[in-house]
Amino acid sequence: MKRPALTFGALALGALALIAAAPQALAFCGFFVAKGDAKLFNEASKVVMVRNDERTVLTMVNDYHGDAGDFALVVPAPTVLKREQIHVTENAIVDHLDAYSAPRLVEYYDPDPCRPVMVMEGLAMGAAAPRAALADAARAKALGVTIEAKYLVGEYDILILSATQSDGLETWLKENGYAIPKGASAVLGSYIKQDMKFFVAKVNLEEHAKQGGGLLRPLQIAYESKKFMLPIRLGMVNSKGSQDLLLYTLTRTGRVETANYRTVRMPTGLDVPVMVKDRFGDAYKAMFSTAVGKEGGAAVMLEYAWDMGWCDPCAADPLSPRELRQLGVFWVERQTGGAGLMPRMPRGASDVFVTRLHARYDAASFPEDLRLIETGDRTNFQGRYILRHAFTGEAACEAGEKYRQSLPQRWEQEAQRLASLTGWDIGEIRDQMAKYGTDPGEVPAPQPWWKSLWKD
Amino acid sequence: MSTGLIPRISRDPRHGQVLAVGALVLAGTIWFGVEIPWWRPLTALIAANLTQALGARLAGIRYDWRSPTITALSLTLLLRTGGWELVALAATVAIGSKFVLRIDRRHFWNPAALAIVVVTAAFPGAWVSTGQWGVSGWIAVFAAGAGLAVTAKAGRAAVPFAYLAAWAALAFARAWWLGDPVAVPLHQLGSGALLVFAFFMISDPMTQPWHAGARAAWVMTAAALGFGLQHAWIVTSGPLWGLALTAPLVPVLDRLLPAPRKLWVAPAHSAPKGVPA
Repeated sequence: MKRPALTFGALALGALALIAAAPQALAFCGFFVAKGDAKLFNEASKVVMVRNDERTVLTMVNDYHGDAGDFALVVPAPTVLKREQIHVTENAIVDHLDAYSAPRLVEYYDPDPCRPVMVMEGLAMGAAAPRAALADAARAKALGVTIEAKYLVGEYDILILSATQSDGLETWLKENGYAIPKGASAVLGSYIKQDMKFFVAKVNLEEHAKQGGGLLRPLQIAYESKKFMLPIRLGMVNSKGSQDLLLYTLTRTGRVETANYRTVRMPTGLDVPVMVKDRFGDAYKAMFSTAVGKEGGAAVMLEYAWDMGWCDPCAADPLSPRELRQLGVFWVERQTGGAGLMPRMPRGASDVFVTRLHARYDAASFPEDLRLIETGDRTNFQGRYILRHAFTGEAACEAGEKYRQSLPQRWEQEAQRLASLTGWDIGEIRDQMAKYGTDPGEVPAPQPWWKSLWKD
Repeated sequence: MSTGLIPRISRDPRHGQVLAVGALVLAGTIWFGVEIPWWRPLTALIAANLTQALGARLAGIRYDWRSPTITALSLTLLLRTGGWELVALAATVAIGSKFVLRIDRRHFWNPAALAIVVVTAAFPGAWVSTGQWGVSGWIAVFAAGAGLAVTAKAGRAAVPFAYLAAWAALAFARAWWLGDPVAVPLHQLGSGALLVFAFFMISDPMTQPWHAGARAAWVMTAAALGFGLQHAWIVTSGPLWGLALTAPLVPVLDRLLPAPRKLWVAPAHSAPKGVPA
């Protein structure tokens, strides 16, 4: 495809949902879980929304890997934005927020059953993430399109358009090299009637080269609007399958949920077989699909809701005040804050509450834009999955024998739980578990004392 | 005993309401994943009944558990809070309003709707979860609500259906104007909270105009205002605000178009005049 790919952000206030003429425009980075930087949901759009009263700052991540010249973004916006309301930030900050809020895997080790008083509890980190041009004004006017403003921000050329009719806007966008998918016109028309403006961004290749090329940086817009919502409809035009959206909100009062869709907590706090350790990414993906399927595909999943002041266990450090300000958390004092030791313990409620919502949407189950509400709920929630390693020492006592006898039943429960969470075949799970020495069908033999002698 | 149970339940339409709303609280918690912590219905029931008892004592009338119980359970279905305190406050405001805000010997503000609007507007820790019922929950609410409305002796079966019809007409009209596909208004109508509102709040005969024509006009006004607030002014719980804001029209309409009063039970069993029910 030679035409510029169009990343169509449907953002009444901002969302980022992609439609692309070129497949690579969908090469959005996913979020990372456990082990390293496996890209799990690599067509997920990531949006950070900071909101307090009507003040809103939106950060849209364009983890676009194609030719920069082919990148374009169209986002419905509630107002005509001034130059100072638009900004570009660093990918690393959003990656940090993603890592901080990612689902996590924790490990515990069973104590020696022959010494039941001693509590030896190890906690492994979830290792969630990488540690860390245009048509002239006359033509536009003839089409009912007004170029309200034109800015160069970072590596982006930005236009703010208003339009009186969807056909005119569609024609204008096409004439200016934006690959508009069929069916966009109706949705554009709906936004025009709701008095939305359109925020259009293309990459300025000269500026991009000056910055040293590389990944495009996230675009940010700051505005005031009564509407607390994320338009996703443009993104679904012409899109065949479903798309993933990760929405991180930073608010002051409490958790954010969707007002016109069900918000459902991911299953959490469950013991899963130890073999999940090496395939947590796949397991989580399957769990997510299963959880969404249970809701008929029409719910938004809650993956994290936490006071930004701390975490336990920490998949990554909480964001520093500098990072929060970069994301638009305007009520946080400007100060120098550094990273500390993990896990961060509560140091009094902080003024920032993070919610991570994960939606898998398509036109059939998500016909409307996401309307959001901030709740008064400050209950902490995280997607947390637990590995319990059996004690593998000698345990040559009566309690040790009992303990060994009890293990197969526990492993079978873990196998069944994993099968129901992921939809994986239980037989295969049991086979895999056997390879990790946790065969639900077999009582483990007592280990000779020398076997674990030089293991450390 | 069993032969007398059904007549005893059906003697007063509020018994059916208590059962229906109570069943929804249970079903929502058990089957439909609606988060209702145990302390919420408990706090609401205690606070509402205590306020009713106190109000009854001050007003010199007999305490009746039915209305405060329905109000408490309705609050439980729609209002969400971070802690029990705001639930207690909402229940107190709801029942208290029946004794304090009165014109012509009647209360005209729907107690639960007024309390939710006041408490959510005043405290960031309270909110209305409008999207939590899902499709199967929607069906359950519809079944419970519609069944109750049709069999209710309150004689106002038309009100919730008229409200829903008005809301649907507005949703489809808006979609047509915007050029949106039909899936959009259908999705908007699939809200469990909208049904709870229609069948268990605006349906309350004690806060409706007595005159049938006035009632029809009032229901349409509440629907139009609620819809406008929800879409043009972006109020999340438009129906509740629409009802709270149009409630003052009720005594006005009663004066303009007088009609016989409807009490919960036949006059032979009725409580003294002016009982806030």
